[in-house]
Amino acid sequence: MGKGARLAITLVLFVLALGGFGAGVRALLSSPQELSFTKGPNGQVNVAMQTVGSFGSGPHPTWVSYLIENPQGQWVHTTMFQVPTNTQVNVTIYQFDSGSPLRNQQIGQVTGTVDPATGKGPAVGDPSPAVLNGKPFSVINSNDPNGNGVGHTFSIPTLGISVPLYANAGTATLCAAAPCDPTSTAYVHNKVQFSFITPKGPGNYAWQCFVPCGLAWLFGNAGPMQTVGYMGGFMKVA
Amino acid sequence: MTTEPPPPGPPAAAAPPPPRARRGGGRDWLRIGVIWVVLSVAADVVWIKLVGPHVPPGRMTDTAIGAAFDFNVLIVLALPVLIGVWVYMLYAVVSFRASKGGPDPVAGPGSRGSGPIESTWIVITTVIVLFLAGFGTYELIQPEGSGGGQGPTPLWTPASKDVLQVQVIGQQWKWTYRYPSFGGFETNQLIVPVNTSIAFHVTSLDVIHSFWAYQLGVKADANPSSDNVAFTTPVQQGYFIVRCNELCGLWHGAMYNEGQVVSKAAFESWATSTEAMLAQNTKLLPPFAYSYVPDANGADGGYYPDTKDPYSPVETYGAQTPAGGG
Repeated sequence: MGKGARLAITLVLFVLALGGFGAGVRALLSSPQELSFTKGPNGQVNVAMQTVGSFGSGPHPTWVSYLIENPQGQWVHTTMFQVPTNTQVNVTIYQFDSGSPLRNQQIGQVTGTVDPATGKGPAVGDPSPAVLNGKPFSVINSNDPNGNGVGHTFSIPTLGISVPLYANAGTATLCAAAPCDPTSTAYVHNKVQFSFITPKGPGNYAWQCFVPCGLAWLFGNAGPMQTVGYMGGFMKVA
Repeated sequence: MTTEPPPPGPPAAAAPPPPRARRGGGRDWLRIGVIWVVLSVAADVVWIKLVGPHVPPGRMTDTAIGAAFDFNVLIVLALPVLIGVWVYMLYAVVSFRASKGGPDPVAGPGSRGSGPIESTWIVITTVIVLFLAGFGTYELIQPEGSGGGQGPTPLWTPASKDVLQVQVIGQQWKWTYRYPSFGGFETNQLIVPVNTSIAFHVTSLDVIHSFWAYQLGVKADANPSSDNVAFTTPVQQGYFIVRCNELCGLWHGAMYNEGQVVSKAAFESWATSTEAMLAQNTKLLPPFAYSYVPDANGADGGYYPDTKDPYSPVETYGAQTPAGGG
């Protein structure tokens, strides 16, 4: 092989290595799109989300995932969103996944939410409120033999907020390709609603699902459970 | 063949004696000693008066106070050693340096084989090391085991019989707390009363975590199926931070929450109202135990004992052949 050919091969390999390194750095630094929500006419913010048992496409089609509806009404594969400070956030989650008993029934308890009508927390000794398919609830018995268990939770630990998402029956036909249409009856889903008040000051708060729902992973807590954009993300308060 | 002796001549002029470098003596040792004593006393006084009261982890509990005291003792002992080395070196540099155009520096009398120097060195270092060994051992034992996890059968326990039991449960990636003396409710909040001995029973539901209540001076590993007990007695009201101190997954950094030391009356009020608030869910929890058999290695089930659970019948962590699917 001539000197020129060797030099050309070396240059090509160098460029490939450099490109691979750059792509790796870019992948590490990239994060899902952040959706920004502003106050509506009533001074409150409405956020809609959905959970699906398998996203159905992309690099991890079998992974369980959250999606968030952007202010334009389109479902976006992200778990990053921004809300204003000291504002009531009304969350609606469409739960399309099945579930199971909880590893720790403690997270079957609703905590940290407020009454959506008054914006105030529960009276002393009363549990925090949430609504499941139009009916108020504060606890889901995940071990109820006549129930479906809990599919996921929406939890912001540092704010004390946690809401269990009642599961669909595992025998039902489940939506397996996001985004799932909550207005359609093609796939079963549960509608969970709750409200909370954002902190008075700005901050970045990690939120996640606490049900170990990463199937086939050790303790169910790897894969989608540890990947921003799937079962955990950040709520930016600004 | 013979050689003629050289003819006698005038004697050669005697060469001047080489200049002698200055050698240390008793006066130098006296100066060094005086400087060392003055600076050491000053540094220790400054530390004790200005810095000592603010060293971590603070003064919120007896174990935190103990840790801060240990830190101060070590610093007060270390400062004279540090200053002694610096003073000796600086004195030597200034007093025994080679002057421009002067003689080359020469070594002083070798200390090797000097009985007084060797004896002094051995005695001082032996005293310091033995003192620190004894002091460290004593401080690890008191008070109540110095806030460290002592395993399920602690050797050093509080003198008080009135000990509040609080179970700390680590799980990826949050802490929850059970209060067995209030019906065994489990909550995200860690509230404890002031001037009351607390027994933290630390365990985990999945991987190894570490319960680190920094301002309380408490740190204990959280192992699955194990009860790791750590004691402390809060003496100040206020807030403290709980962090996981064992890398436990990607969200390890988010595994923290804020706790609070409150008055006894405020604690009773909080515990009673929380017991009522969580009563419905407390009935669904397993009976309180100091550790729980891990159950379920996937997404389908309870970690607590739940052999009756219809979804994951006996899927025991660590079992040879786990039943059921993930």
